[in-house]
Amino acid sequence: MANLTTKIGSLTMVNPVMTASGTFGYGVEFQDFVDLSKVGGIIVKGTTLNPRQGNPYPRMAETAQGMLNCVGLQNKGVAHFCEHIYPTIKDLPTQVLVNVSGSSPDDYAECAARINELDNIPAIELNISCPNVKQGGMAFGVTPEGAATVVKAVREAYKKTLIVKLSPNVTSITDIALAVQDAGADAVSLINTLMGMAIDAEKRKKLLSIGTGGLSGPAVKPVALRMVYQVAHAVQIPVIGLGGISNATDAVEFLLAGASAIEIGTANFLDPAISQKVAEGIDEYLVRHGYDDVKDIIGALED
Amino acid sequence: MKKKFILDLKVTEISKPHPRYVLIKLTDPDAQLPEMLPGQFAQLRIDGSKTTFLRRPISIHYVDYTSNEIWFLVQIVGDGTRALAELKVGDVLNVVLPLGNGFTLPKSKEEKVLLVGGGVGCAPLLYMGKVMAENGCRPTFLIGARTKSDLLQLDLFEQYGDVFVTTEDGSFGEKGFVTQHSLLQKEEKFQRISTCGPKPMMMAVARYAKSEAIACEVSLENKMACGVGACLCCVEDTQEGHKCVCTDGPVFPIEALKW
Repeated sequence: MANLTTKIGSLTMVNPVMTASGTFGYGVEFQDFVDLSKVGGIIVKGTTLNPRQGNPYPRMAETAQGMLNCVGLQNKGVAHFCEHIYPTIKDLPTQVLVNVSGSSPDDYAECAARINELDNIPAIELNISCPNVKQGGMAFGVTPEGAATVVKAVREAYKKTLIVKLSPNVTSITDIALAVQDAGADAVSLINTLMGMAIDAEKRKKLLSIGTGGLSGPAVKPVALRMVYQVAHAVQIPVIGLGGISNATDAVEFLLAGASAIEIGTANFLDPAISQKVAEGIDEYLVRHGYDDVKDIIGALED
Repeated sequence: MKKKFILDLKVTEISKPHPRYVLIKLTDPDAQLPEMLPGQFAQLRIDGSKTTFLRRPISIHYVDYTSNEIWFLVQIVGDGTRALAELKVGDVLNVVLPLGNGFTLPKSKEEKVLLVGGGVGCAPLLYMGKVMAENGCRPTFLIGARTKSDLLQLDLFEQYGDVFVTTEDGSFGEKGFVTQHSLLQKEEKFQRISTCGPKPMMMAVARYAKSEAIACEVSLENKMACGVGACLCCVEDTQEGHKCVCTDGPVFPIEALKW
């Protein structure tokens, strides 16, 4: 067995496999399928300062090799999370991270400050890239200035590992990544979903309640892989790669492209046990290729 | 909540009792099937379909622990369900089950329960009937269809209770919709109604139940991705806000809904 220990900022994980926000609930939903101690970390559902109902139904449209969603950050707010959800997940045998979202820099900062108080949450992932909410979300993530403003505000309020999740719906993701790095982020994760649309030809209607949604699944993998490669070569902070990872080979490709860790998202819907299988598969790959440590393959593309 | 499993089940029998429906019978060759409640559902993986991606949520039609068999009755509506219809005996189908909450089981043997089904919505009512019969209850089934040829498995339902039928064209049973059946005009009323079928039918049943102050629950089938309460795609707008049909449902008491 190879050494899979992974460090992102001050966050230490048993392996580089994490589960993406909004695809793994609060972890407990998957305990019948996955031994959570075999997964590096789980990032729980996007949490905001105030409760949000999210967008109306229908929120999902299936595509070939993927799906669109416009859930819109439905959650019961950070106070509910701290009082009712945190006590039920704080002792899970894996690292539990919270994905934080907001509609103003102050919102983000206050939400992050509340989570900073929770002993067993070692890191947050800042969502400046949700394509499904009108205010905030992606609005901050599409310009270097907007991204930096939010990250600076949160950096002052949040003392632990700060990961910033980037949007692919931009002209230059490396410019955003560099701005986020300069503003004090400890790591970046990418990509969030790609904005898309679905139409029912027979009924001549939009299939999603707000018209557009975020595309995820294997369909986005090549785009994600390219962006992870570009960002990893532009920034000094660790990069967490996600976007269509469905098996260990996909995960290894992201590590080779320069990601220090990876997140599994939509694939959890197809195989609820996939996160553990990917962690085991990465180990198998390392052993088969004679590597002792997962660090040895990060960015290790040959000419 | 019942423990959930990911299982590779083997097709033991597959048939098309109707041009639009396929009945798939499966077994677990390696282990006893887990405990499942009537009204719960499974997520069926679709292998080898080029246009679909996600699993298909299908209600548990029938479980026989003696023969270690589970049945799914699937309406063929698109490429995913069409792929399911092409399974052959001996093929493996990967399923995640049991999911969701299930119907309310009667508290006493004397409770008068009406099970109202329409179309493929009849599927979970068969297992409900079986479990009720095992508990010493005798449900009444009321089944609605467009025409006689759309009625399936009436003999199977008759094993567990009295079966009444309406057809829209009057070719079998009473003519009209389920809510117009003479059974519902009788003096003695049912104490509970559980229904599954097309939304307009369930809404009509809910209106009837409300007007007669009968406890009523309906089984919803919103478009679903994960099936385990993680993605929040399948939400129904309830009196308490958005609820996941996959975990808070699929069965909801009508007073919880905004119908």
